[in-house]
Amino acid sequence: MSVDTATVAKIAALARIKLSEGEVAAMVPELNGILAWVEQLSEVDVTGIEPMTAVIENKQRLRADVIGADPLTGGGVRDAVLANAPAAEHGFFGVPKVIE
Amino acid sequence: MTDLTELGVAAIRDGVAKGDFTAVEVAEAFNANVAAAQTALNAFIVTTPEKAIAAAKATDAKRAKGEALGKMGGVPIGMKDLFATKGVQTTAASHILEGFTPEYESTVSQKLWDAGAGMLGKLNLDQFAMGSSNETSYFGNVISPWRRKDGGNAALAPGGSSGGSSTAVAARLAPAATGTDTGGSIRQPAAFTGISGIKPTYGRCSRWGIVAFASSLDQAGPMARDVRDCAIMLEAMAGFDPKDSTSLDMPVPAWEAGLSGDMKGKKVGIPREYRMDGMDADVAASWDAGIAWLKDAGAEIVDVSLPHTKYALPAYYIIAPAEASSNLARYDGVRYGLRDLPDGAGLQDMYAATRAAGFGAEVKRRILIGTYVLSAGFYDAYYTQAQKVRTLIAQDFKNAFTLCDVILAPTAPTAAFGLGEKSDDPLAMYLNDVFAVPASLAGLPAMSVPAGLNREGLPLGLQIVGKPFDEQGVLNAGLAIEARAGFSAKPEKWW
Repeated sequence: MSVDTATVAKIAALARIKLSEGEVAAMVPELNGILAWVEQLSEVDVTGIEPMTAVIENKQRLRADVIGADPLTGGGVRDAVLANAPAAEHGFFGVPKVIE
Repeated sequence: MTDLTELGVAAIRDGVAKGDFTAVEVAEAFNANVAAAQTALNAFIVTTPEKAIAAAKATDAKRAKGEALGKMGGVPIGMKDLFATKGVQTTAASHILEGFTPEYESTVSQKLWDAGAGMLGKLNLDQFAMGSSNETSYFGNVISPWRRKDGGNAALAPGGSSGGSSTAVAARLAPAATGTDTGGSIRQPAAFTGISGIKPTYGRCSRWGIVAFASSLDQAGPMARDVRDCAIMLEAMAGFDPKDSTSLDMPVPAWEAGLSGDMKGKKVGIPREYRMDGMDADVAASWDAGIAWLKDAGAEIVDVSLPHTKYALPAYYIIAPAEASSNLARYDGVRYGLRDLPDGAGLQDMYAATRAAGFGAEVKRRILIGTYVLSAGFYDAYYTQAQKVRTLIAQDFKNAFTLCDVILAPTAPTAAFGLGEKSDDPLAMYLNDVFAVPASLAGLPAMSVPAGLNREGLPLGLQIVGKPFDEQGVLNAGLAIEARAGFSAKPEKWW
C-alpha cells in the first residue's frame, strides 16, 4: 500500500498538524519508503495468533473509591493544573471562540 | 586528592558515608565539569547546580547527625529531560514543551531524591525520545565525547534517545544518569559511549511523570560507568506505583547484594538470527569475545533461535508510532506548552498551527505514520498484524528461555557513527536498533556493557537479555563480562 498527496494531506488533517503543500509533497516519498519496508510483515503467518495486549502479564487494579486518596492525583489543585496553560482565565483554560 | 569525578556511584556513596570526602565536594566537582563541557558537548538542556548542592548539603547534614544516607546518598546524577521535575523545565527536547514547568515530580525522580541523589541538570535527548543519534532535539545535537583515532575530529553521535545521558556519564559530567528505553534508547547510547545501562522488565519502574512516547514499551533505567552502579541505581528507581496501571506489584530485589559474576550452571543462548550477513567484523569479534568470557566464567553456551527477529523492527515502527500518535494528541496548545494562534484562527486551526510549530520533523513523521496505520481501513492490515507479530516475537524469547538463562548478542550493529551520516535517511537510522528492539517488544530486561574498542578506537557494547523479572541474571552476566573485558578506556578530553 502507498500514499499519495491527497492521503498525506488527509492524515495530516486527522493528526491536526498543518503542512504546507511542499511539506506534504516531501512527506509522500518518506512515508512510502517506511510503508514499503513495514509491508514485509504481511508475509508472516499469523494464523491463530492473538494480537499482543499486555507484554508482561499483570492484573488490572481498582483503586479505593476515595477522593484525593493520593494528593498528587486527587482534586482541589486547580491553580496547579492551570499553571502551565498558555491562556488561563478566571480559573478556566482559555480557547478561541468555538461557537459562532 | 583524587579527582572525585572519576568515581562512580558505589565509590561516591561509600566515600561520603565513610567521610573520605563530603557530598558537597562531590557535587561541586561535578557541577564544575558540567559547566566546563556545556558549550562543547551540549549534554544538558538546563543545569541545576544549586539543586545538586542542596541535596549534597542535606546528605552531609544527615551524616553529621548519624542518620542513614540512602542508597544514593551523596550521589549527584543527571536526569533525562523526559522526567517531570517539579519547578524545573521539562521539555522532552521539544519546542512544544519549551518553558513547561511541572507542578509535580515523576515517581522515578522522586524515588532517586528520596534515596539521597541530587540533580545536576536535565539532560538533552532526541525529541520525545524519537531517534537513535540525538539529532532530533530542538535544543541542538549532543556531541559524543569520543572521537575516532584517525585524527579527523569528526563529531560523533552519542546514540539516542538518551544521548545527553550517555555523553554526561562517559565525559565524567555525572557518575550516573537516568535513561528511558522504548526501542533501545538506554542500551544503544550506552554502547556508543563505553558505559553500562539496563532497561528492566516492563513495569519495574513507574512511568508516572515520564513524558509518554509508546506506553506499552517505555521503561526507565539507569546508565552508569559499571554494572554495580547500575544495580544500585536501579534499586532506587524501581518499585510499585499505584499511579501507573502497568506497574509491577512486586518487591524490589536487592540486586547489588545479589551480584555475582560466577556463571557456573548457567546457560547462555546465542541467537543464530542475530548473526546477519555483512555483519561488522569488529562487532562480530566482540560478540565472539563475549562468548569466550562467559564460558570462562563457567557458563554453558547454547545455540538458540529467535525466528521472527527480522520482523521486530518493522513491527516496532508500526506499534511505536501508533502509540505515539495517540499519546502526543495531548499537545494541543490548550493545557500546557506552546500555543500558536494565527489571526482570526478557530480552535481546529489553533491545534494544527500549534502542532506544526511545536513538533520537529521526525516527530511529525511518526505521528503521521501512526495516524495512518490506525486509520479506518488500514488498522487490521498494519496495527493488528504488527501486534500479532509482536506476540510471535515474545513467544520466540519464551521458547529460547526454555534452553537458556540469558541471551548474549551485540547491542548495536556498528560503533558510533558521525553526526549527519544517517539523519537524511529514516530507514538507515531505524536499522541501528535492530538488535535492541526485539527485547523491548517482549518487555524483557536487557542491558549493555562495554566490550572493547573497535579498530577506530570507538567503544562497542554487548547486550544481555534476560527472562521477565530476572534483572539479577542479566546484571550477573554483565558483571562476568565486565570483569573479563577489563574495559578502562575513556574519551580523551578535548572539550
